[in-house]
Amino acid sequence: MLLESSRTFIEFLQDTSLFITVKSSHFISFVVPFYLGCIFLFSVLAYKYVRWIRNISKRQRRIMWRNLFSRKSWEALKETFMESLVHRKIYKRNPLLGYMHMSLAFGWFLMIFFGKVESSIFNHSLLDDPSFAIFFRFFVREKGLYPGQNTLSFIMDFLLLIVLSGVLLAIIKRFRSQLMGMKKTTRQTAIDKVALSALWWIFPLRLLSESVTAGLAHNGSFLTQTIGNLLVSIKLPLESMELFVWWAYSLDLCLFFACLPFSRYMHIFTEVVLIFLRKLGVRTTENFNGYSMVQLNACSRCGICIDACQLGFSAGVDNIQPVNFVADTRYRRLTAEVLNDCLMCDRCVEACPVGVESTLIRQQIRTKKVDENKLFYAYNQAEKARKKYNVIYFAGCMTHLTPGIITSMKKIFEEANERYWFMDEDKGLCCGRPLRQQGFIQQANELMLKNKELIVSSGIKLLVTSCPICYKTFKNDYRLNGMQIMHHTEYIDYLIKYGRIKVEKSKLGIVYHDPCELGRGCKIYDEPRRVLQSVGKLQRAEYERENAFCCGNTMGNSVLPSEKQQLVRNEALDMLTKSNPDILATACPLCKKTFAGGNRVKVKDIAEIVAENLEKSSNFEAE
Amino acid sequence: MKNFGFKISKPRAIDLDSADTSLYKKLVKVVPSLERCIMCGGCTATCSVNNHTEFNLRKCHLLFRRGQLDGLTQELDKCMLCGKCTLVCPRGVNTRAVVMNMRILLGCATYERRVSHAVGK
Repeated sequence: MLLESSRTFIEFLQDTSLFITVKSSHFISFVVPFYLGCIFLFSVLAYKYVRWIRNISKRQRRIMWRNLFSRKSWEALKETFMESLVHRKIYKRNPLLGYMHMSLAFGWFLMIFFGKVESSIFNHSLLDDPSFAIFFRFFVREKGLYPGQNTLSFIMDFLLLIVLSGVLLAIIKRFRSQLMGMKKTTRQTAIDKVALSALWWIFPLRLLSESVTAGLAHNGSFLTQTIGNLLVSIKLPLESMELFVWWAYSLDLCLFFACLPFSRYMHIFTEVVLIFLRKLGVRTTENFNGYSMVQLNACSRCGICIDACQLGFSAGVDNIQPVNFVADTRYRRLTAEVLNDCLMCDRCVEACPVGVESTLIRQQIRTKKVDENKLFYAYNQAEKARKKYNVIYFAGCMTHLTPGIITSMKKIFEEANERYWFMDEDKGLCCGRPLRQQGFIQQANELMLKNKELIVSSGIKLLVTSCPICYKTFKNDYRLNGMQIMHHTEYIDYLIKYGRIKVEKSKLGIVYHDPCELGRGCKIYDEPRRVLQSVGKLQRAEYERENAFCCGNTMGNSVLPSEKQQLVRNEALDMLTKSNPDILATACPLCKKTFAGGNRVKVKDIAEIVAENLEKSSNFEAE
Repeated sequence: MKNFGFKISKPRAIDLDSADTSLYKKLVKVVPSLERCIMCGGCTATCSVNNHTEFNLRKCHLLFRRGQLDGLTQELDKCMLCGKCTLVCPRGVNTRAVVMNMRILLGCATYERRVSHAVGK
């Protein structure tokens, strides 16, 4: 009775369904949700991408179009394959996590690809109905219709198995993220949860519907046919089930497609756009623009940055990590606290598998509006260079609080017989980066203009600075064309290399702390190490170079209380002093000041160590 | 009356009962460490911008605390946010945050994009 009524219902469904003949296939009713979902998804995507790309500055867009037909597009394609599909960077982090992402992304991609191959061979056309490939097994119920059908079915079943294993891992990760090498996983919004459940159901539903059809029509391969036979053997009413499960599959696809542009899964398509824009020469600017939007949406909220954030694991601040910040910005619930509470150490940016420059976006959003004529002060007391010099020495505000560095630098300059102009000895100005980081762009520009005027008017071609914060801004923001800018570690390395100063190798065990702005910010890793190797025994720290810890004291954060700052500092000190060094060397006055407060080990700047170990010059010995 | 060249200056007493301290309360909510300030003036002594102009963070803090907000906008605009004062502060007051938030509270700097500032809400 039940069977009969369901059979009439199926006949009813089949009668009412839209029969549009596309080539040899029938257009059956359950493809409608799939199509609706697809149309919705791609129109939303097109709308958003066009809007964002139009929002990028004209100059950058011109560069982008120019690069579009060059080798760079090819490189972008290669990177898309390596990162968006194979997820190489996540593999490097944790193989299991990488496999999970790869099986879902690459597996699904290959399923679509081979599905299309299958249907194209069957229809003898590349431009056949797209849904035909998705619901292929329902439409093509016979075997042996064309050569290679069995092989393709086998491949499709195999890929389905791979994707299902990825889904299984994803479910395990949701509940036990530790197994995948992640201490913490992300929080989800409501729409994320809907999309996530839809995604988890897509592949089990596909397996079920293909198995049911295989049970009826015997067109499955090793996986679906086995399950189909199993379903037959337990005497399920497969004929009445078939349409229902295919409908469920299609509806689930539709649901996922509809949620995608508003959930974290937006990254699937946006990551490709981001890779292309980046490779074609678009860069993050000072203002929030379309490229920032692309970056925000390219974040997959994988949560890898959570474990990289020192505020998270040292100070217990758990709402400011890039995942949370990006989500807050996207869903328009960003608070000033979350925005400003960041060390800006760039550890998260280094760890990010997508390459979202979250700290720069933070800086963009921090930008504050100040009325043009409301700037009340111009700094006009600063002194110009009076004589002809070879080098400008800019110590920086922080260095004035660690006079040891200045004395040592003076000694080194004298030893090298360098005629230098101490630019900010008496009435120096700030470089402007602290203001810039906090979004007071106009005030910062005022300072920069003044400094630039002083530097250019002196006619000197080499600038040495002791502070990595100043160094970065002189290098990137000042646009001092034709001038060479050096951090003092670089400069000392240069002096030693050309024999202008000679140093003695001591027996001190030295561990080097990479300052964030010098290391990750300016990629200066080797010069300080070379200098230290020439004056002592350089020991290795557990985390160094790109993974180095931040000392916790930065110009980027204006929220963190000193107690929490000390927690960050102590953890960094613990890591650095594991090998019991005699001296902890740094290249940043701010790091030096911070670490010295920890009272754990003697902290010295590289300049100080070098100045102490200068080889006594010959005329000095004669005296 | 004969002018001897002297005059009686007006009393400078501040009526703290009628002072508007609402902004100060908001500031303390955002920068709780400010309550630890002992007015030692270390911040002002180390200030870099003092080489160029008179800028007194201690005074700004005091004026803000008493609700005497006239001219503070101009005063605060001088700060370079270089952070030297934060490093020398013996009480661990986040002085940079104090200046920044004073600017925001006084309305001379506003976020360009929509950020719900904890002070405003």
